[in-house]
Amino acid sequence: MADVTLIVDGKKVTAPAGTLLIEACKSAGIEVPSFCYYPGLSLQGACRMCVVKVEKMPKLQTACTTVITEGMVVITDSEEVRQSRKAMVELLLGNHPLDCPVCDAGGECELQDMAFSYGAPESRYTEAKNHREEQQWSPVVYFDRPRCILCYRCVRVCGEGMDVWALGVQNRGVSSIIAPNQSDHLECEECGMCIDICPVGALTSGAYRYKTRPWEMNHVGTVCTHCGDGCKTTLGVRRSDTGMEIVRGDNRDKSGINNDFLCIKGRYAFDFAHNEERLMQPLIRKNGKLEPSTWEEAFELIGRRFREVRDKDGGQAIGVIGSTRTTNEENYLLSKFARAVLKTNNVDHHRSADFPALAAALHGKPGKTATMRDVLTAPAILLIGNDATNQHPLLAWQIRTNVRLRSAKLYVINSAEIKLKKQAAGFALLPAGADAKAVAFLSGDDSVLDSLAAAGTARDAWTALRDQVRGEQNLVIAFGSELRGADIEKLAAFASTLTGAKLICLADYSNSRGASDMGLYPDLLPGYEPAASASKFQQEWGSLPAEKGLTLPEMIDAAKDGKLKALYVVGANPVGRLGIDPFLLSKSFVVVQDMFLTETARIADVVLPSANAYEKSGTCTNTCGDLQLVKKAGEVTDCKPDFEMIVRIADAMGFDVRGLVPFGGGTHSDMGQTRGAQSGEADRHAVWLEAHNLEPKMTPFDPMAILDEIQRVVAGYDVSRVNLLAGADQHIEIAEGGAGAIHKPELIVPANDGLFSSGTLGRYSKTLNSVMENRSADVEVAAD
Amino acid sequence: MRFSDEFETRFSEMITHYPTKRSALVPTLLYAQDEVGYLSDEVIAELAGRLGLTELEVRNVISYYSMLTTKPRGKYNVQVCTNIACMLRGGEEILDHCKKKLGIGHKGTTEDGLFSLEEVECIGACSWAAAAQVNYDFHENLTIEKMDKILDEYKKKGTQ
Repeated sequence: MADVTLIVDGKKVTAPAGTLLIEACKSAGIEVPSFCYYPGLSLQGACRMCVVKVEKMPKLQTACTTVITEGMVVITDSEEVRQSRKAMVELLLGNHPLDCPVCDAGGECELQDMAFSYGAPESRYTEAKNHREEQQWSPVVYFDRPRCILCYRCVRVCGEGMDVWALGVQNRGVSSIIAPNQSDHLECEECGMCIDICPVGALTSGAYRYKTRPWEMNHVGTVCTHCGDGCKTTLGVRRSDTGMEIVRGDNRDKSGINNDFLCIKGRYAFDFAHNEERLMQPLIRKNGKLEPSTWEEAFELIGRRFREVRDKDGGQAIGVIGSTRTTNEENYLLSKFARAVLKTNNVDHHRSADFPALAAALHGKPGKTATMRDVLTAPAILLIGNDATNQHPLLAWQIRTNVRLRSAKLYVINSAEIKLKKQAAGFALLPAGADAKAVAFLSGDDSVLDSLAAAGTARDAWTALRDQVRGEQNLVIAFGSELRGADIEKLAAFASTLTGAKLICLADYSNSRGASDMGLYPDLLPGYEPAASASKFQQEWGSLPAEKGLTLPEMIDAAKDGKLKALYVVGANPVGRLGIDPFLLSKSFVVVQDMFLTETARIADVVLPSANAYEKSGTCTNTCGDLQLVKKAGEVTDCKPDFEMIVRIADAMGFDVRGLVPFGGGTHSDMGQTRGAQSGEADRHAVWLEAHNLEPKMTPFDPMAILDEIQRVVAGYDVSRVNLLAGADQHIEIAEGGAGAIHKPELIVPANDGLFSSGTLGRYSKTLNSVMENRSADVEVAAD
Repeated sequence: MRFSDEFETRFSEMITHYPTKRSALVPTLLYAQDEVGYLSDEVIAELAGRLGLTELEVRNVISYYSMLTTKPRGKYNVQVCTNIACMLRGGEEILDHCKKKLGIGHKGTTEDGLFSLEEVECIGACSWAAAAQVNYDFHENLTIEKMDKILDEYKKKGTQ
């Protein structure tokens, strides 16, 4: 759009036509205060804080609703404007309690800031303030009515942003109030968007209220550990008796792919970290019972037993099950540890999407995968299968926002009438399990049309939808785990007939993609290199086991037959999640690394208490292939990152850990270990290194040392390290990897998590549990 | 939920007047209230469904307009104006008299369900102040005696 030039406070400002005055001022570095204006939401003009003087207009104008015009002359700071703002603050404070010293928002409250900058020190109102006790609207949301300044941000973000419409405004004038949809409580997705967007302390969260003050926390922007979307969540941490306690999650750091968005899991389900059932000591089975032990005893035992099995029965008698929530560095290390140290190809994980098939389909054809950011800007999106609103909340947010603000076209093909149907320009209902047929139809196979039409979407509607999709350029195609194996190849072939179409394969856990990329497969090494022909890794890792590896179900079968003598489970719960009979593992020596005594840990011979993704550093890759930095926020002493445990087990097996983790890297200078005159040198070095985005990699427990190796040897991971360390997401090109593989479709087991569940982890989140209980209580009442 | 045929005819005609369905909400609420007496939960759910709104949105609108009510009212809704013109001509005294005579306060309903009382803002009858409105009928140039008689007449009409 053409540019428009205007004068603001005597300064020439140029911005595209159609820009709002408040945004134009912001771009020129001129601050115009506002409460109700929020980028991306509809205009409200409710708070009147942004009033400015526009020449030739009789009254002050609200900068948030005024569109700039050529030659406009604006004054944002004059006696008249100041007077007006002062009066607005006085009115807002008319009923607002002065409870800042106890209010959650105190210290990061926009009204506090505005009162300080624009308000008067005294109020002329002497009347008693209206008061109403705080109300609890849901396990998550609390409302303190007198603090509300009626900016309607919560109403708009809930309605327009989340498409939930659970909040409204009732009554009129001074008696206006924000009201929940169920008269005294909320029935909603519990995302907490309303709480984060509230400029004051009117909406507060059950997780954080009255716990601490904002300035008493450190704020760490890291990646959420729940679903596969990879939102950035800012964790507020505070020192506690057992290390660092996570007290709050929000999106204070908006640099992530999610920008404003977080769902209940990203915002409140960090509480599993402080569940009282958390394991704090290694456990060793003695006389049939798991007894607390020391780390040294545990590592010695595991090292000895693993070595015995490997040397006596060979590597094929050991199985390794990796995690979909640990970091890429841990997954890579585990993959390497299994092959190089345990000498086995029996490596697998809980697969929830078929990335090897995607790798096979796109092998050597770069530029065919979309990022999460692409979903926000693509002109059109096709969603096949998956209920994104519940399973991929960020993807759904990106789609809704794109449809709302950029008029993107959404096409949905699903076997259920999912919520996103409302945003869809085209919707086709599938017979259950017919997703593959839909792909065949899109590719031009009309013979499946009759069976597709059986669910109720007429033949003509199917054809019309296909014609529309075929006409789209730069289409993003997201598909759920309904599509596997050869179907993905077929879909990729269809996508390649469209101009600029890109794919997203939807997996369920926070690092499912990373587990897959790092080669937690029996037949694939990192970067989808077939294990059978991986000379690159032979050079890197030394000799690799020749025997074909077992998949997870095959390992269980081998255990049943007594052939699998040892099983090493890192951050996974196959017994609980995949319905494996625990009795089948009774003959094997089972080592489990987990935070809790899960169904799998309960039958283990050794259980090691692990740190979770919020308590360690590294990287993880979301379902789209966006690589992000994971930063350590919380800490529970006595729990160790899986990385360290893998290294120490290798060490206990007598393996030289230098062959596992390339640490040190030539840095032999004195990093300040010596004391005396140069004491404190380490700190100074650390400050300098951090400032230059470098890390010393002084210990074998430093995941950054493995990241070096990953970037060097895993295809696609050679992204900008500086950008990554700066917190930006970097897209991984799956097409640069190896040949991938077509696996049996039944190896994929969808997690079927909804908004309020998160695999085994979710069971230990009090917030998620309380929301679930609250919901079932509602249903019971309704049934009475 | 069933409305009268008359309501349905009006509704289906009215819905064609607006570019979006939701715009028909306010008149629809008024017609529904006239027919049912108040806007019950059932009415709200029905109209929300018909106009593609959430029940919360319908409630938000109802709460904005003082002429719409979600609580049952008496057969005769007595609305006494106490805005400036009426106040100067004895509107407040008339309201006090109504309160005493009916034994109810502002927004109250008599036990027999015959009368509700409301103190309202200007009803646009300033030239004939003091004024009151009973349902859709205006009563003007009121005095306490005149109001007294009016209430008696309604009582008679209502108990016949």
